[in-house]
Amino acid sequence: MQSNPKTKIHQAGHVPFTEEMRADYTILVPNMLPVQLGLICRLMKNYGYRMELLDTEGQSIVEEGLKNVHNDTCYPALLVIGQLMDAIHSGKYDVHKLALIMPQTGGGCRASNYIHLLRKALEKNGYGFIPVISLNFSGLEDNPGFQLSKTMLVQIAYALLIGDLIMMVANQCRPYECVAGSTDKAIEICMEAVTARFTGDRMVRYGEVKHLFRYVLQAFGKVKLDRSQKKKLVGIVGEIYVKFSPLGNNNLEKFLLSEGCEPVLPGLMDFCLYCVYNSVIDHDLYGRGGKTAAIYKLVYNFILSKQNDIIKLMKKDGKFRPPMPFDEVRKKAQSIIGPGVKMGEGWLLPAEMVELISEGVRNIVCTQPFGCLPNHIAGKGMIRKIRETYPEANIVAIDYDPGASKINQENRIKLMLSSAE
Amino acid sequence: MNVNLGIDIGSTTVKIVVVRDGEIIHKRYERHFSKVREKAVELVRDARESIGEDASVRCAITGSAGLGVAKASGVDFVQEVYATRKAVGVHVPQADVVIELGGEDAKIVFLTGQLEERMNGSCAGGTGAFIDQMAVLLDVTPAELDELSRGAERIYTIASRCGVFAKSDIQPLLNEGARKEDVAASIFQAVVGQTLTGLAQGREIKGDVLFLGGPLFFFKGLQKQFQQTLGLDKAHAHFPALAPYAIAAGAAEYAGGTKSEYTVASLLEALEKAADAPIVAQYLPPLFENEAQYQEFQRRHGVHDVMTENVTVYTGDAYLGIDCGSTTTKLVLIGEQNQILFHHYQSNKGNPADVIREQLTKLYELCGDRVHIVSSCVTGYGEALIQNAFGVDFGLVETVAHFRAARHFCPEVDFIIDIGGQDIKCFKIRNKCIDNISLNEACSSGCGSFIETFARSMGYSIEEFCKLGLFAEHPIDLGSRCTVFMNSSVKQAQKDGAGIDAISAGLSVSVVKNALYKVIRAHSPDDLGQNIVVQGGTFLNDAILRSFEQEIGRNVTRPAISGLMGAYGAALHAKDNRPAETGLIGPDVLAQFEHTAKSVRCGLCENHCNLTINDFGGGRRFISGNRCERPLGKGEHKELPNLYKWKLEKLKSYGAPSGRPAPNGTIGLPFGLNYYELLPFWTTFLRTLGFETVLSDVSTRDMYQQGQHSIPSDTVCYPAKLMHGHIENLLQKGVDAIFYPCMTYNLDEGRASNCYNCPVVAYYPELLKANVASLQQFDFMMPYFELTDHKRFIQQAAKYFCGKYPSLKKRQIAAAAEAAYQALADYYAQVRDEGQKAIAYADTHGLEIAVIAGRPYHVDPEVGHGIDQLISSFGLVIVSEDAVWQLTDAPEVHVLNQWTYHSRMYGAARYVTHKENAQLIQLVSFGCGIDAITTDEMRAICEDGGKIYTQLKIDEISNLGAAKIRIRSMLAAVEEGRKLAKQS
Repeated sequence: MQSNPKTKIHQAGHVPFTEEMRADYTILVPNMLPVQLGLICRLMKNYGYRMELLDTEGQSIVEEGLKNVHNDTCYPALLVIGQLMDAIHSGKYDVHKLALIMPQTGGGCRASNYIHLLRKALEKNGYGFIPVISLNFSGLEDNPGFQLSKTMLVQIAYALLIGDLIMMVANQCRPYECVAGSTDKAIEICMEAVTARFTGDRMVRYGEVKHLFRYVLQAFGKVKLDRSQKKKLVGIVGEIYVKFSPLGNNNLEKFLLSEGCEPVLPGLMDFCLYCVYNSVIDHDLYGRGGKTAAIYKLVYNFILSKQNDIIKLMKKDGKFRPPMPFDEVRKKAQSIIGPGVKMGEGWLLPAEMVELISEGVRNIVCTQPFGCLPNHIAGKGMIRKIRETYPEANIVAIDYDPGASKINQENRIKLMLSSAE
Repeated sequence: MNVNLGIDIGSTTVKIVVVRDGEIIHKRYERHFSKVREKAVELVRDARESIGEDASVRCAITGSAGLGVAKASGVDFVQEVYATRKAVGVHVPQADVVIELGGEDAKIVFLTGQLEERMNGSCAGGTGAFIDQMAVLLDVTPAELDELSRGAERIYTIASRCGVFAKSDIQPLLNEGARKEDVAASIFQAVVGQTLTGLAQGREIKGDVLFLGGPLFFFKGLQKQFQQTLGLDKAHAHFPALAPYAIAAGAAEYAGGTKSEYTVASLLEALEKAADAPIVAQYLPPLFENEAQYQEFQRRHGVHDVMTENVTVYTGDAYLGIDCGSTTTKLVLIGEQNQILFHHYQSNKGNPADVIREQLTKLYELCGDRVHIVSSCVTGYGEALIQNAFGVDFGLVETVAHFRAARHFCPEVDFIIDIGGQDIKCFKIRNKCIDNISLNEACSSGCGSFIETFARSMGYSIEEFCKLGLFAEHPIDLGSRCTVFMNSSVKQAQKDGAGIDAISAGLSVSVVKNALYKVIRAHSPDDLGQNIVVQGGTFLNDAILRSFEQEIGRNVTRPAISGLMGAYGAALHAKDNRPAETGLIGPDVLAQFEHTAKSVRCGLCENHCNLTINDFGGGRRFISGNRCERPLGKGEHKELPNLYKWKLEKLKSYGAPSGRPAPNGTIGLPFGLNYYELLPFWTTFLRTLGFETVLSDVSTRDMYQQGQHSIPSDTVCYPAKLMHGHIENLLQKGVDAIFYPCMTYNLDEGRASNCYNCPVVAYYPELLKANVASLQQFDFMMPYFELTDHKRFIQQAAKYFCGKYPSLKKRQIAAAAEAAYQALADYYAQVRDEGQKAIAYADTHGLEIAVIAGRPYHVDPEVGHGIDQLISSFGLVIVSEDAVWQLTDAPEVHVLNQWTYHSRMYGAARYVTHKENAQLIQLVSFGCGIDAITTDEMRAICEDGGKIYTQLKIDEISNLGAAKIRIRSMLAAVEEGRKLAKQS
């Protein structure tokens, strides 16, 4: 996570997002997770940022990606950049009042380079003036107009926790809903309720957040369900983008639903916790950055305690399966892979598989972009060992890329399902 | 009466099995030529009699193309591997493992122990279609291929990962005269290799193995290779007569448990209904709206023609150009006005020398006394062979030949793209010099021959097939990645019921998109150029030409002799450089011409090249397959400085026995990946601590194969895959432990924003531990270490080593660490020093320097395939990136620069731009994700500094042909550039 402060980095083409731009610029957000990111976008609006989550899909996105990104680059980069370029070319936006945002972890995986590839693409198309904001927490880049204060970070963390909760319970409702669409309706009701609270002019206290947790549980508790037919539980893990994004995984969740399964997805907060904890591990393993590690440890524990509150509430409510406490998930991985594997999804990937299996979700789809570097190790590389440790595990690894045909992917998943209990 | 029916609709065939009372009463197997639904109906009709009109029928459909039919007809569908399992249970219950190869699918099912079923993913090599394709390449039927394979004497290494790669391995073998028998057996061995690496993925195949599917039933040679490789005796290898029908039989078995009951009439009705079902797929706009548009197009391209004159009426001097390509041989004879007197275009049927002998004989007859061939020139893959065989005056690298010809038609040409049978070549022209060359190397080299194979498999010639697409109303969008993926896209289109015209047009568009976005990576037409010349046999098909123009939105020049451009360019070159007397063999010598080839393994160095010795009679000989000059017996060859070679020797020396006492035992170090740099450090460190270190041997193909079975991800880079072999090698050496630390961070050289290793280098030990079975019970040490900070390293190392070996004290660790850091610093200093010496040598001798920019482990001869020696053989001094990066300031880069090894390459590129006689060659391991980012930057640094950027992709394939073209074109361009600079 740490960048190297001693080194003067030669980097060109960085157009900063200035304070003035805040007033009338629209910030486009590539889609990954409709619920969580949608929630954050709405919330940011209350804080004076016009953020728009792209919900575009279709072949033109892939085409834009192929045209603008080196084709050997990973599929998520191709899609994310393709989606943004597609939006710019759509004519829907005033390109001189437009900014883009891209997350950047600064890890050793090439994903940290997406933002630079995006800038290259912009320049090539004559849009070099469009600022690209790097969403990172490691000081990789500076944008005066987009600085998240500690307070705001806390607010975002709260929103994320609520978003994860919404996704989790919605996934547990959708396969069983008696009235089609009633789950999605519940999502909308919850999103409205959350946005109404986070008004931007004041700090939302945790007490209110806890209230919202309960609110979500109640809202989904009202969705009428028919559980008479048993559904196969299927976990989805993998590279963060293709795991979550319907655009990246050819609507995997929908496909699983149509096959009579209940998809189970670990939350986005898990990934954040994983990133945070890696600083602690860096200190343990190499003696790197003791101070940073201490701070991150605090952050980690802070979020953990909130997650535990959710688990407690869910248990009390009794209607839905709660997640496993993340710290337990983390420890469980250690029998499979070293905690030092921290590029890409690193140890989180086997950790989530183990979590799912121990929670009774034995069927797992492990998604990754074709040729994903970290997944050679942490994904495909660990499946054998996980199966040795958990013989009941039923895992299939699926590659996604612009040329892979849906039929092959679906065939492989069906194969996995055919031996599912 | 109850009857169960199983229909297996695969990628190329439909199979039907009818079972009554557990007995198969009817079975049939037919190719469907993409008419999936009609064929299924036909086969059921055919079975009607044996089923009987009043039987109660249960039916299930399976197979990769069966899903669509099942959905449309409402008949039950069963996943194919699941069906296979069903069949096995009933027919061969003792099987432990099932290997099933189909048209385009490969599957493996482990039945005993933990049940596992695997099928080929998006990378689909080593299947029936692959064998068909290879047979076409050898110009034999698949059955003849099988026949040939039984006469094999040796096996060549053919890349096993995917059909396209294998093809580019086989082509040079054929061109250089390898025996067809040996190649045939090698093809089967490649299929075996693919099945074992791609599918078995670390699980051992033992016990009773059942082989199913068409290819494994029909090809005895394939059976033999499987049996041999797996070490199976007759009792354990099962090749049942049911093999081709097994999945259909499994589907029939499954059908027994389904609910829907039919009579044969109602089943037919349901299937027929499916045959008329509407089509859903993604479409492209048509190539031509109407006939008039097509005519206008034809007229426009009609003007780029060349004058011809019949050789039988011409009198005077003539110039011969030969293009000995990978699949075809072309000859052109021109006269004083550049008019074509004679031309010939023919598939070289695996032996170009024969074709040329035949044509040359014919030509001499036609020439009589009137026409004198006074100069000749050959270009293309078989250039060296033909030049030697026939005494051709000049050998010209093919890019230069094409440029020469293109200039003739379009003097202002600034971009040439040539799509041939096997390859795409394109290059930019800047300042009348070949500037940028893109060749399709490792990936997507299908191109023309891909369409051709497709056409043939559907029963058409390539010309007919392409024509079908001209007026397709809704061309199918087949995607634009490598051709192997296109196969599955076609499968999907077939599933959706697309017609052959739509597929044909779609394939034309795909080939073009592939060329544009995958090889050239064009962004806009301006990226290519203003004056584009397209050529190569593939462009003779109007559908492809049209797709190209549509895709780039610009008209281009296609010379009428599009397929002959290489030969025409060679003829022009011969004319430009007419020698005093031609060396081309005359009619008399030609009559004596005889060509025999035999293969031997060179024993002059550790490369052990597969040499092919061609004998042409009359004492003329040609040796190919060599990577250096030694086997040519040209006597003492003066060796030029070569840092790659020097580094390898230097690193190997760290593995020599120390002779010091080793009270703490022996520790093995796998000689691959980052050990290629850190060996001085770790050997010194461990030896100072009282261990003896043992190095695994230098990588070889054999070693790779020894570890192959435990590779879990078949798309990871080759250097990483080799590590499995190194571990096996160390275990055989009997070491007490293996030490291979995980290293997230590399050394910090202050040039990048971070100092990461790539994820594969960083964590490969984790993967080895999890996948190499013998390491479970072995002392495999893989602590996490970081070397950037001495103090922190000592701290961490002490924690680890003092904990594990209580006799060791922290101060010993500290001392050992300091000695190790010193050893590494010494090594770096020596590399730099050696680099300086090499540069000085080049400067004083007026030689060109090749700065090879790669990763330290590219020095591994099995990774680099001796590319350094090849480059050296062109008279270049070789320097590695780690010897020069620090000689200049850091260049500005537009990407996140956070990997140490990669950051050095930027520096090396920058160095080249400051050094007049230095050229940059970047080595890229296939599958290296980070290089997808570095290559563009490297190119930008070179080009901004006025240098040519050359990239060589390296892979499991040890085919140096493409590398040779690249290097020669680069040298030709450099020379041309200097000539021009002198003139102005």
